[in-house]
Amino acid sequence: MQAEGPIKPFPAPAGQDLDNMLLERLSKKPFSKSSIAIRMSMLVLAVLTIYAFSSFDYKDVKLWDALILTIDNLKTMFFEPHLKHFTFTQALYQVSITLGLAFLTTIFGAIIALMLGLLAAGNISSKPLSVIIKGLVALIRAVPTVLWVLIFAVAAGLGSVAAVIGMTFHSISYLVKAYSESFEEIDKGAIEALQASGANWWQIVFQVIIPSSITYIISWTFMRFEINFAVAVAMGAAAGAGGIGFDMFMASGFYFDLSEIGAITYFILIIAICLEIFATQIKRKLKEAS
Amino acid sequence: MPADVFAKKRRNSLLLFLLIGAATAVSIIITEFSIAKGVSSVPKAIQWSLSNFYPTKDSLIKLPDILIKLKETLLISVAATTIAGILAFAFAILGSNTTRVNGFFGGFSRGIAVLFRNIDVSIWALVLLFSFGQSSLTGYFALFFGSFGFLTRAFIETIDEVSSSSVEALQTTGASYLTVISQSVIPSTIPQMISWVLFMIETNIRNATLVGLLTGSGIGFTFNLYYKNLSYDIASLVVITIIISIISIELISNYVRRVIL
Repeated sequence: MQAEGPIKPFPAPAGQDLDNMLLERLSKKPFSKSSIAIRMSMLVLAVLTIYAFSSFDYKDVKLWDALILTIDNLKTMFFEPHLKHFTFTQALYQVSITLGLAFLTTIFGAIIALMLGLLAAGNISSKPLSVIIKGLVALIRAVPTVLWVLIFAVAAGLGSVAAVIGMTFHSISYLVKAYSESFEEIDKGAIEALQASGANWWQIVFQVIIPSSITYIISWTFMRFEINFAVAVAMGAAAGAGGIGFDMFMASGFYFDLSEIGAITYFILIIAICLEIFATQIKRKLKEAS
Repeated sequence: MPADVFAKKRRNSLLLFLLIGAATAVSIIITEFSIAKGVSSVPKAIQWSLSNFYPTKDSLIKLPDILIKLKETLLISVAATTIAGILAFAFAILGSNTTRVNGFFGGFSRGIAVLFRNIDVSIWALVLLFSFGQSSLTGYFALFFGSFGFLTRAFIETIDEVSSSSVEALQTTGASYLTVISQSVIPSTIPQMISWVLFMIETNIRNATLVGLLTGSGIGFTFNLYYKNLSYDIASLVVITIIISIISIELISNYVRRVIL
């Protein structure tokens, strides 16, 4: 019904082709294709969600009891935190290991992604090279980070080496996409002007590409650092990467100590929130500068 | 004067590079990372994958089992994201500066969003394991909490960006609060919000693998099982099915995004 649009009631002035055409265009609701797509995607999501709930493997879990138990557990976690199996300074040291893992992966990822990003940007690289790199990067991105870490663990053994290399792989693929897209947004005229004056590829990169996208590069890289901190926690828990994540895994899987998980969660939360505030500040500063 | 500016700029960037270099060195020491080992492990890993990490004919027998687990994981990711999206929308309405009811609710819902966003899914998974055991619901709620925090922040930003002028226009005509929401906020923000939900579904499928590894359910568990049994051929088959599903979902959501935005 809505597709008819609100303009319909006005009668068309007869014999005027231009007006008729105009009216025909007006009577169609604008962006009808997009509104159909919106409705379709909402419908599909709703159907899939309902189907998902009916097909879950509930394993005799009583939803209500489990939810109340969860709230109880959260209370123990957040209101009675304590450290039992390690001291406060040890916890700080473990947090710094996790931060170190995140930092290394971000730096390595950023350096490699910057080079690949330049080669993947359609406006400064050749078309086939750009397509190949983008495809490769999409393939790398499709494999979850934890699987990369575990795959590298077979060759390098479980530990920080496998974790850093595996996490770097994923950071590279994420940053290449982000960098190359911001390179592609650069004004064509600026590049052409330098090309016309006989500048070589390196000169174009360092005089136009990097300076005009540096704000994007910094904010994407810092955003990845935020993500990598969370990933490093997870890799400590799931792939033996060490750091605070591993302590959390031990507290949960071996000591069943909710209060200790709570204390660890506070450590992680404080760092994560600090990073988020810092990132917002950087973004604001960059926005003001540009 | 200009020479001074350039000198200052150079000094600043030099300082920044030195800082980053020092932080890298410190990180290498405390994480006990060795660059030599790291560099040499890449070709070693490639060599190993080429000789071991591919599915064989025998491993195809396991494909139906893998697909069942994959379907379960995909459905959990979709369901967690959609329900989180609905809840996040309510919180975003309360938290956005353009549509909030009062300062208290605004601060409250922003605070909740910060809390939920910064507790990683891996933490949720380990905590929920205590109350939900190895059922699908552990993964569902872990993904749900994680997506809820992220989507609330994304929706708040969308509402603030897109609809402030149209909200003002409607308010001056004397429209009620609910009319403003349903006639202005929802129509103007829905394409952006669907785009965020699609993005979150992609992320959640990747996270679901991690959650499965930690809680012993879904496709993550299947991978871990064969990986630990050294049945690398079947484990690689699991990875391939994950790659195919994530790339096809990315393609679908890219298409939807192109049409609706």
